[in-house]
Amino acid sequence: MSWEMVMGLEVHLQLATRSKIFSGSATQFGASPNVQADAVDLGMPGMLPVLNEEAVRYAVMFGLGIGARIGERSVFDRKNYFYPDLPKGYQVSQFFAPIVCEGTFEVPLEGGSLFPVRITRAHLEEDAGKSVHDIFAHETGIDLNRAGTPLLEIVTEPDFRSAEQAVAYLKALHSLVTYLGISDGNMAEGSMRCDINISLRPAGSDELGTRTEIKNVNSFRFVERAIYSEYERQADILDAGGSITQETRLYDAERNQTRSMRSKEVANDYRYFPEPDLLPIVIDAAYIDHVRSALPELPGAKRERFVRDYGLTEYDAALLVPNHALATYFEAVATTSRAPKAAANWILGDLSGALNRSELTIESCPISPERLAGLILRIEDGTLSSKLAKQVFDALWEGEGEADEIIAQRGLQQVSDTGALEALVDEVIAQNPDQVAQYRAADEAKQKKLSGFFVGQIMKASKGQANPQRLNELLLKKLQGQS
Amino acid sequence: MSDTALLTASASELHQMLKARAVSSEELTRLFLQQIEAHNGSLNAVLTVCADQAMADARAADRQFSNGEGTVLTGIPLLHKDIFCTRGIRTTCGSRMLENFVPAYDATVVAKLKAAGVVMLGKCNMDEFAMGSSNETSYFGPVKNPWDTRCVPGGSSGGSAAALAAGMATLVTGTDTGGSIRQPASLCGITGLKPTYGRVSRLGIIAFASSLDQAGPMARTAEDCAHMLAAMSGIDPGDSTSADLPAPDFSAALTGDIQGLRIGLPKQYFNDDLDPAVSEQISKALSHLEAAGAKLIEIDLPHSHYAIATYYVIAPAEASANLARYDGVRFGYRCENPADLEDLYLRSRSEGFGEEVQRRILVGTYALSAGFYDAYFNKAQQVRRIISEDFRQAFTAVDVIAGPSAPGVAFQFGAKQKDPVSMYMEDIYTLAVNLAGLPGLSTPAGLVNGMPVGLQLIGKAFDEGTILNAAHRLQLDTDWHRATPDMGGRAA
Repeated sequence: MSWEMVMGLEVHLQLATRSKIFSGSATQFGASPNVQADAVDLGMPGMLPVLNEEAVRYAVMFGLGIGARIGERSVFDRKNYFYPDLPKGYQVSQFFAPIVCEGTFEVPLEGGSLFPVRITRAHLEEDAGKSVHDIFAHETGIDLNRAGTPLLEIVTEPDFRSAEQAVAYLKALHSLVTYLGISDGNMAEGSMRCDINISLRPAGSDELGTRTEIKNVNSFRFVERAIYSEYERQADILDAGGSITQETRLYDAERNQTRSMRSKEVANDYRYFPEPDLLPIVIDAAYIDHVRSALPELPGAKRERFVRDYGLTEYDAALLVPNHALATYFEAVATTSRAPKAAANWILGDLSGALNRSELTIESCPISPERLAGLILRIEDGTLSSKLAKQVFDALWEGEGEADEIIAQRGLQQVSDTGALEALVDEVIAQNPDQVAQYRAADEAKQKKLSGFFVGQIMKASKGQANPQRLNELLLKKLQGQS
Repeated sequence: MSDTALLTASASELHQMLKARAVSSEELTRLFLQQIEAHNGSLNAVLTVCADQAMADARAADRQFSNGEGTVLTGIPLLHKDIFCTRGIRTTCGSRMLENFVPAYDATVVAKLKAAGVVMLGKCNMDEFAMGSSNETSYFGPVKNPWDTRCVPGGSSGGSAAALAAGMATLVTGTDTGGSIRQPASLCGITGLKPTYGRVSRLGIIAFASSLDQAGPMARTAEDCAHMLAAMSGIDPGDSTSADLPAPDFSAALTGDIQGLRIGLPKQYFNDDLDPAVSEQISKALSHLEAAGAKLIEIDLPHSHYAIATYYVIAPAEASANLARYDGVRFGYRCENPADLEDLYLRSRSEGFGEEVQRRILVGTYALSAGFYDAYFNKAQQVRRIISEDFRQAFTAVDVIAGPSAPGVAFQFGAKQKDPVSMYMEDIYTLAVNLAGLPGLSTPAGLVNGMPVGLQLIGKAFDEGTILNAAHRLQLDTDWHRATPDMGGRAA
C-alpha cells in the first residue's frame, strides 16, 4: 500500500541569555562540571526561582517573529518526575497557559514557494542537568551546569508530509532565531534539539495513524535520515498487517535506525500544577509594541529587499539570506563594491567553494568583506581581467594583503593603454606577414576565425594582461589596414 | 530586676534596660542560655544551641549600646524555628532527612533580624517539615508544653512557642502554613502573628506549601511582635511572591485606641466544635474589647466548613512537589547501599521521612494525578477563591474578625495522634486565613484549667497594624499575656 507520512515537530531551543532562567548562574557551554550551578540550580532547601526577564523578552520576540499571538497572562507550572539530573524533582515549565500561542510560520521551500506551518504554541521552561555515564566505573556523574538553562519549546501542528518539508522548517526556524539573536542555534552543542512525532496513514485518508516520537535529534541531516528510517520501519510493519506501538524512540545515527526508548503506557504522570513560587507573566500591548519596535529585519523581509534593491535573483537571495552572517557579509561587499550581482556571484561561487574546502564558516572567513569588495572594484573598473581575478582571490585567501597590493606586486593590471597595446599589435603583425596576407584575402567568416590567432599571440606577449576589448578594437583596425 | 523577671520581660522592657545600661546583652544571653540548659532536657524545645556565636553577638550589641547606638531589637535573645536556613548552622526542619544539613546561606528573615541586632541563641524543634499541630511528628522527639509537660505545645512552631513560654528566649520566629504560629501561641499562652502572604520573604525558609507558607513573629506582647515584624518584612527580590510594599513601622499603629473598631464574629467560629470553656474565655476577651469602644457584629463566613478539605488538598499537593528534592542524590539523608536508582529513592525517602510527611506526600500526589486533578486540586483552587471572597465580603462591614485560635486548650500526648482528621481539626479556625492570604494573630485570653486560651484576630490584607493594635489594647487592659508557667527551678 502507499503510505502518507504525517509529522509534527517539537523543537527545544536554548535561549542565549547570559544567565539561567531562574537563577544568576552563567549559561556558557563547556565549563567544568557543576561550576555553573548555584543553590537555586541545585534545588537546595529554601531556594526560590526568580524569573529572568530576558528570557521572557526572547520568547515574545520569537512569537512576534512568527506572527503568533502572545499570551496576555502565561503561567509557569511544575512538571513532576524523579530523575537524578532533575534537582528539584520537578521541572518548571508552562503547561496550561504558554507565553506564545497559535501562529503560522511561512517556510520558504526550494524554488521560492512558501509552506505555511501552523505553530501550536511555544512555552518557556528550564532545562535539566546531564547524567554522565562514561567517566566513573560504577557510578553515574551528575553535571548541573545545564540545569536551569532557559528553553523555548516550539510545538507545531501535524502539518508535515515529507522529510524535505520538515528540514525546510527546521532550517527556516534556525534562520529566524539566529536573526532574532535569541539563540545561537548550535545543534551540535544542543542549543536546538528536535523531537519528531510521526505516523503513517493510507494515502488519501483523513485519519491519523498511531504515532511514535523520535527524541532529541540534533542535526538537519539526522532529522532527514531519522524520518526516512522511521517511515520505512512503520511502513514495513503496516504492510505486514501489524500495528504501530505508541512510544518514544531514539535515532541511532551510526546504525541509521530508530530504536524504542520507553513505552508511553508506562510513561510518567507528570502531575502538572501551577508553580506557586512564581507570579504569572502578564504582557500588555505596550510591552509587545516595545519589543516589536526593536525587532531586527527578519529573513523574509531581507529576501524581498535583496531582490528589490540589489537586483538579485530569488534563487541567489534564498541562498544568501538564511545564514545571517552570510547575508551581512554579502551586504558589506555589495555596498562597498557597488556591484551586488558580482558580489553575490563571488560569495556563492569562489568564496563558498573555498570555505567548504577548508571547512570554514563565513564567521571565520579569511577574506574580509572589504577585501573582497576591493577585488570586485578592480574587475569592475577594468584594472583586472576576470581570468587574473582568480589569482588575486587566491592571494587574498592566503592573506597576502589588499587586492590593489597584490595586483601591483604581481603586475597583474590589465594593459588598456592604447600606446602600449598598439606597440604589441604592431609587433605581432610585423612578425606574421603571411597570416596578415591570409586574413586580408579571406571572407568575413574566415576573418573572424583568423583573428583568434592574432589575439592569442598578443595575449601571450602581454602575459595575459592585455585588455581583451581594447585589444580587439585595435587589432581589427590594424588588420583592415586602417593605419 | 530578678532573673525570673528578666526571663519573662518583653523585648521593649529589656531594650529600656539595655539602653540605660541596667543590664548587658552579655548578661541576658548568659542567663537565657542557662535557662535553656536547665529546662531543655525536659521540654525538648531547642534542637541546636549556638552559645559561642550568641555570646560574641551579645558583646557586639553591648559595644553598640556603649557607643550610644543600638535599636529596639539590638542585643535581644532570640530563637529561630529550625525551618529557617542559617548559614553554617545545622537546619533540620525537624526531619531525619535533614539531620545533618548545614546551609551555606541565611534565610532573608534570619539576615534581616541579624541586621536588626538580635542575638540568636539557637534553633527550635518543630513538627517535621512543619506538618503537624502537636509537635509529635518531629524526628527529634516531641516538645513538651511548659504549662503541663503531659501536654503538647501545639504545632508546628511548638518548639518556638514552648521555648518562649519557658523563658528560653525573649523573641522567637515561627512559620504558619495553616495555623502553625497561632495554634501553638494559643496553647502556650503567648502572642503570635501570621502576616499577610507576601509580607515576609520566604527565601531560605524550607518550603512546605509555597502558596500558604508565611513566617511571623512570636513574642510576649503585641508590641514586641510589631517591632519584630517591622524588622522581618519588606520586598525581597529573591522571592517573587514577596509584596512590593515598604516595611512600615508597625509599632506606630499601637495607639491603644480602638474606639469604633468593628469586630466581626463569624457564627461558624462559635459552634459545637468549640470547647465551651474556651468559648467563655473568648467571650470575656471580646467584652474587654467592647468595653474599650469596639463594636461586636455577628458575621457570616458561609464556606468556612470547606476550609479543612480545601487546605488538605492544596497544601499536600504543593508539598508533594516541594519535598521531591529530598531524593538522596545531592544532600540530606541517603539510605545505605542502594541496589539501584529506584531503591535509592524508595528507601532514602521511606527512611528519611516520618509517617505524617509520607501521608501528606501521598495525599498530594494523589490529588494531582491524572484523572483526579480536576476533582481535587482544581476544585480546591476554586473553593479557595470562594473562601477568599467570603472574607472580602465580610471585610466590607467589619475591620477585624475575631474568634478562637484553636478549638480547645493543649491536649495530652497521643490523644489525637492515631486519628489524623481529629488532629487536622486543631486548625479549623486558622486554615481559612492562610487560604485567603490574610494576616491573623493569637493573643492570650486567660486560662482554662490552668492551660492557656488564645483569641484570634484576623485582619484585612496588609493591615497587620489594626489587629496588632486591638491585641495591644487587650494587653493594656488584661494581664493574660503576663501569665507564665511555673518553671520550678527557673534560672538554675
